[in-house]
Amino acid sequence: MDKFVRLTAAACPIDIINLNTDQLLPARFLKRPRAEGIGDALLRDLRFDSAGHEVADFPLNRPAWRDAKIIVGARNFGCGSSREAAVYALVDYGIRCVIAPSFGDIFSGNAVQNGLLTAIVTDAEAADISAMLAHAPDLPLTVDLETQTILCGNHTYAFIVDPVRRAKLINGLDDIGLTETYRDRIATFAAEDRIRRPWAIPGGVP
Amino acid sequence: MAFDVTSGLTLFDKLWSAHEIVRRDDGEALLFVDRHYVHEGSFHAFDQIARRGAAVAHPELTFGVADHYVPTRGSRATIANPEIARMVRQLDDNTAKHGIRLFGLSDPRQGIVHVVGPEQGLTLPGLLIVCGDSHTSTHGALGAYAFGIGASEVAHVLATQTIWQRKPKRMRVTVDGKLGSGIAAKDMALAIIARIGADGATGHAIEYAGSAVRGLSIEGRLTLCNLSIEAGARLGLVAPDETTFAYLKGRPFAPVGEAFARAVEDWSALRSDDDASFDAEVSLAAADIAPIVTWGTSPEDALPIDGRVPDPAREPNEARAQYLREALDYMGIAPGARLTDIAVDRVFIGSCTNSRIEDLRAAAAVLAGRTSKVAGLVSAGSSLVKQQAEQEGLDAIFRDAGLEWAESGCSMCVGINGDLVASGERCASTTNRNFRGRQGPGARTHLMSPAMVAAAAVTGHLADVRPLLAGRKP
Repeated sequence: MDKFVRLTAAACPIDIINLNTDQLLPARFLKRPRAEGIGDALLRDLRFDSAGHEVADFPLNRPAWRDAKIIVGARNFGCGSSREAAVYALVDYGIRCVIAPSFGDIFSGNAVQNGLLTAIVTDAEAADISAMLAHAPDLPLTVDLETQTILCGNHTYAFIVDPVRRAKLINGLDDIGLTETYRDRIATFAAEDRIRRPWAIPGGVP
Repeated sequence: MAFDVTSGLTLFDKLWSAHEIVRRDDGEALLFVDRHYVHEGSFHAFDQIARRGAAVAHPELTFGVADHYVPTRGSRATIANPEIARMVRQLDDNTAKHGIRLFGLSDPRQGIVHVVGPEQGLTLPGLLIVCGDSHTSTHGALGAYAFGIGASEVAHVLATQTIWQRKPKRMRVTVDGKLGSGIAAKDMALAIIARIGADGATGHAIEYAGSAVRGLSIEGRLTLCNLSIEAGARLGLVAPDETTFAYLKGRPFAPVGEAFARAVEDWSALRSDDDASFDAEVSLAAADIAPIVTWGTSPEDALPIDGRVPDPAREPNEARAQYLREALDYMGIAPGARLTDIAVDRVFIGSCTNSRIEDLRAAAAVLAGRTSKVAGLVSAGSSLVKQQAEQEGLDAIFRDAGLEWAESGCSMCVGINGDLVASGERCASTTNRNFRGRQGPGARTHLMSPAMVAAAAVTGHLADVRPLLAGRKP
């Protein structure tokens, strides 16, 4: 997993509340193997019309934001389906950070597994940053995970991130590797649990 | 005893502590997973463990179900679409390779994972259940701690049978009183989502309580818990009770005889203590809940059927007005329109939300002796539900009404098996998401109960089912 410490990049405001994972990655692209890359399908039905033409005024299609690495979103970003491929689509497109007032729980869990930072700011701060970007589209944002701040022009905003997720992103940690260090404790728990909750085994107790 | 006598604890607290293997100083805990359900979409996770060369730690606690991509019409033995055939075959191969029991396409128990788990008695009170699907919250209806996870977490569970979690906050949603005639669990759930919003329960575990919840059948509770995620909650719970135990007794994978009695004894302790406190409390009166339909592009855009859609011109908050304009524009509905004036093009009865036998009976009670004015598809939640419905003659009622009676799968809820709503078409649907393009690019979805979908079918527009039930057996 790629580490995330500090990023300075173009940021694209997408002011859509409840921007769910069905929008981030429409279901018809879910069959695609990861190795093929999935960035072209990101926000497909919002970036392109039904005839396959780019929607010129969709933010991510505007020249200044086409290569954005940061998205500034609205409330409940990534709600809905648990499809981790929605995160793959963002990451494959080049997005490394989404800033929003709130995120779907499953989405933000999936994001950290793929080195994508979900930074929480208030509604007013998200609106502020979006307004500044609308005024100055080329204005780069600097997102610093160590200090948990976003630098936007002359303004600095603090953001919230779960401390465990922060550590994982900074260190690029892998969960399975970490869990394997607890192997003995898991085995002990499982053995004791079979006595404590015999009915938890499928098919009951012989 | 699996669960000690306690005070001050919620049902969720008890479920959490029964599964905690390790709690770290940073607040994350490693939890033991009792059941792991996988489906065709789990291929990313199988690919991840293959890359690591990892084995499946507990194949006997892992169960595969073919549901998301399976055809519901035409031949299921030979799938015409090669991409869909590959998705179904991948699940066959991955489960066979790792020794995981599969309820595959040719198994008579095949169906939607969130229908099959409870039906087979795999889902039990007190279990921790995960699946790479957000509607895993469904299984909380039986008092299980069940939640949806992403592909990397699925890989983690396959490799270790555990999952890292931070303890969510606890919310209690209490619905007291008696639901009116013709009002279903779906109406209750949509009323709750409309009240608290699509992110109203984010970061929370919901416990549903109150006399109206206790009064629901297991099918109704499954519908209620299923929709928890549409309010942002990863899980929903109903404390197990006599209704639960009666439902589970004799299910194929449930404990038998003495073991069942012992289990019931343990499960009876699975309820919130009288002095438990919750981080958030919401309460509704069952008598105030009317038949509800959604009008917009989020499940929170839900209103009683006798209402009108919002008018952005009357909305003082500009951001909200903009949201309303975009939602109404996508849905092709005039501002302020009466809900009952909205004509539909087709109907769908199915999905993990509303495809169980009671759901089919409720729709059939409205459709019996009547004709649908629009095309429609009925897909039972499992092959066993389909068989039971046929024994009860419900399939004939649907067919006589002009609807198509199909095989079981996720079908038109998510459309990835090819069951799609055409662009611009409006569908009255028993499903869980009215997101833009959910049932197909450009599709317009209105969520409602099975009886309300039946009412839309026979009238050709969104309609209150209650007059149609007058003089009929409830």
